[in-house]
Amino acid sequence: MSRLGTFTRRAFLLGAATVAGGVAVGYWYYRQPYPNPLEDELAEGEVTFNPYVKVSSDDTITLIAPRAEMGQGISTTLAAFVAEELDVSLDRVTVEHGPPSYAYYNAAMLEEGGGFNFWDESFTAETVRGLMGVAGKMLGLQATGGSTATRDGFERMRQAGAAARIMLVDAAAARLGVAANELATENGTIVHRASNRSLTYGEVALDAAQIKPPSSVVLKERADWKLLGKSQPRVDMLDKVTGAPIFGIDVRQPDMLFATVRISPVFGVAPVRSDISAASAMPGVVKIVPIETLYGSGFGVIAENTWAAFKAAEAIDVEWGEPGYPKANDEIMATFTQAARSGDASAMRDDGNVDVAFADAPQERVIEAEYSVPYLAHAPMEPMNCTARLKDGVLDIWAPNQMPVLVRWFCSDLAGVPGGKTNVHTTSMGGAFGRRGELDYALYATLLAKETDGRPVQVTWTREEDTRRGPFRPASAGHFRARIGEDGLPVAVDMRIAAQNMMSSLMGRTFPSLPAGGSDPSITDGARNQPYTIPNYRVSEIQVPLAIPVTFWRSVGNSVNGFFHEGFMDEIAHAGQVDPVEMRRRLMADFPAAIAVVDKVAEMSNWGETLPAGKAKGFAFTLSFGSWCGQVIQIAETPAGIKLEKMWIAVDVGMAIDPAIIEAQMTSGAIFGLSAAMGQQITFSEGVVEQSNFHDYDAMRIFQAPEFEVAIIENFHRMGGVGEVGTPPAAPALANAIFALTGKRIRQLPLSREVSFA
Amino acid sequence: MNLTVDGKSIEIDADPEMPLLWALRDIAGILGPKFGCGIAACGACTVLIDGSPVRSCVLPVGQVEGAVTTIEGISSPAGLHPVQQAWLDEQVSQCGYCQAGQIMTAVALLEEIADPTDEDIDNAMGGNLCRCGTYPKIRAAIHRAASLKLARS
Repeated sequence: MSRLGTFTRRAFLLGAATVAGGVAVGYWYYRQPYPNPLEDELAEGEVTFNPYVKVSSDDTITLIAPRAEMGQGISTTLAAFVAEELDVSLDRVTVEHGPPSYAYYNAAMLEEGGGFNFWDESFTAETVRGLMGVAGKMLGLQATGGSTATRDGFERMRQAGAAARIMLVDAAAARLGVAANELATENGTIVHRASNRSLTYGEVALDAAQIKPPSSVVLKERADWKLLGKSQPRVDMLDKVTGAPIFGIDVRQPDMLFATVRISPVFGVAPVRSDISAASAMPGVVKIVPIETLYGSGFGVIAENTWAAFKAAEAIDVEWGEPGYPKANDEIMATFTQAARSGDASAMRDDGNVDVAFADAPQERVIEAEYSVPYLAHAPMEPMNCTARLKDGVLDIWAPNQMPVLVRWFCSDLAGVPGGKTNVHTTSMGGAFGRRGELDYALYATLLAKETDGRPVQVTWTREEDTRRGPFRPASAGHFRARIGEDGLPVAVDMRIAAQNMMSSLMGRTFPSLPAGGSDPSITDGARNQPYTIPNYRVSEIQVPLAIPVTFWRSVGNSVNGFFHEGFMDEIAHAGQVDPVEMRRRLMADFPAAIAVVDKVAEMSNWGETLPAGKAKGFAFTLSFGSWCGQVIQIAETPAGIKLEKMWIAVDVGMAIDPAIIEAQMTSGAIFGLSAAMGQQITFSEGVVEQSNFHDYDAMRIFQAPEFEVAIIENFHRMGGVGEVGTPPAAPALANAIFALTGKRIRQLPLSREVSFA
Repeated sequence: MNLTVDGKSIEIDADPEMPLLWALRDIAGILGPKFGCGIAACGACTVLIDGSPVRSCVLPVGQVEGAVTTIEGISSPAGLHPVQQAWLDEQVSQCGYCQAGQIMTAVALLEEIADPTDEDIDNAMGGNLCRCGTYPKIRAAIHRAASLKLARS
């Protein structure tokens, strides 16, 4: 059954791929489930060919990159997909986020949600991926996350460019009275060489829009790519070196008011007593209104300027209710540690027979360890904000957000206007890291817009609100055992990982009436699905119910389990007296892509060289979001503390669309992971978050940043993600280097609990 | 009160206690300097006052003495400031939100030290936080800007 299914599927693809000059694909137009949203918003003289391309008769070409540009460079890469096939250079086009639309569904985001290992290409795994992809399409899930945008857009957006080009060429052929195959395109111009005549895309755009879209298109061979596979200047770079007003916080509308929120610092409670009279009387304050949502309860302060709103919010006299969770941080963390030791577990990976393998293990061959990581805030540079206007039955939302369809859905509902009367304008984002996949900032702005008689209102959170309100990266604890064999390699590994169910938390504040039980694969992501072969290998999930809101944070479960898994693997290597890199080579023998990455990063970093006293290296590897990433970091003991000298990264992304952007994301992801590992934690006292701003929730500074060297490899036959992949191995590489340097095994993050950094 | 911002004289009607940042953004509509923390801990709001970098989020507008320069005032009709050009050449920015502040601090650094070492850069730029981790490229861009500036002078 399995073999037959696989064979049939491949045969179809091979049959389709034998057309000369490229791969013929059934153009999605005839299968598209949703209308083109651009048809509703065309300017005079402008036409649209599909949801990704608009051409104006004045030769303005607008491409839609419908994923959130939050720094990762996705607008450049997605635009390049369309531009490559449309045959225009990136400096000729305008790139926009576009409107919210089901047409911009992200199929790839759900595809890997089936819980199969990335390398599993069995019929069942592929079938589930296909079904999940269809589900993403049918749900119209326009979402940015899971490092999926490039993989999701690769076929669809190139097809969109190719189809538009065919229509433009056909229109030119009719105009010039020649056959389409006599025409060539050159950067936005259609040329008939034989007669030395040419027409621009703009000149034929109106005609082209009348032409029936092609039923299939032929995509370029990789060898013919002009833009893809090569580093492109980012389309957003000029704006980002000139201070252009492109962010949510820069939205300005006529007659706009400014506002902020003060939401309960105790999760899930409302004020028990409050007095807003003094705050309401402060200069510049327009109105203070109560806020009650599933995200949180508190107050919205509307004022003439942001500073007046901040001051008044601080001046509200309020007492909040008691938390429905332990008040002290130690108690909270103890629930995870206890659960990891003895809670009810479900095995998410279960190779061999772990219980039997441990039953007769000699005591001296067994190692055991407990790990934990804290809650974390996202702390993007641009604090949460959103601007809204509710006027004449139309709701306009200007939101730096990762989920435009959900923003439209929830905000229109809250404002009592139909979805069709709700316009969501997605701005550039000053960082997001998962945080802007939540909806609270948009809900609060909508609620306040109902109070301003049609005036737009911009709601900006203070950094303190942004740091303290969550939802956070989940805290987690792990209890690990390994039996070491005579050859020093692990015979059995048992990993028990305890955390909150993130999906339940998310559903509780968005769709509370829907059941959200079951397993949460993110609890074990980065531990259960790593390319190691160990005869007895079990990774179990233990759910801890707790009312602290948790959510996606760059690399999600991998950010936790990369540290757990790779820290413990380093311990196993040490106990078995095997070099950590050599141990990986042996345990990963079944996975050539992994081995190639390990070898590459070992070679780059000259792993195994004798270092001067006071210096050491650490290694870690994580396969996440379909990309295989190995990192080595070198550190040095200095009088001021531990200094991070250099990090080497090797990553196999399958296919590298834009090497410069990939390299930037690898260092970015690693610095994000190192920042958290070195010093970040969200802790609680009296049920309230203790940290508030960058003085006590800081991130890596330039003087702490190591040098980087990145190698991009294209071995594996499927494309992987990029935006989050650099994060998971960073923390364990550093912790393992600290062990090599000091002999101190740190199993609890942040590392600053036990060592100091220069 | 009257302020000189980016070479222009502007009248600002605000509480003198209001931080310069909010006077610029919410009253004068100058949006280049960004709000990041409100406590001078991240540098996103950095502007120059008589050439020195200042965190505008904590400086009361009533206490401003001297000419204010924001990111919007450093390029000339002839083109980008060498620091901006170097940022463009090195493709420094990711989300870009902190970069106006980074660039302003770098502009001030290069006025003081024409050809800074990595250590000079680390010392000068430590107050400017970047959550995307563009630091290696910031270092490279400041070196490049130094060369560009020396070549232009």
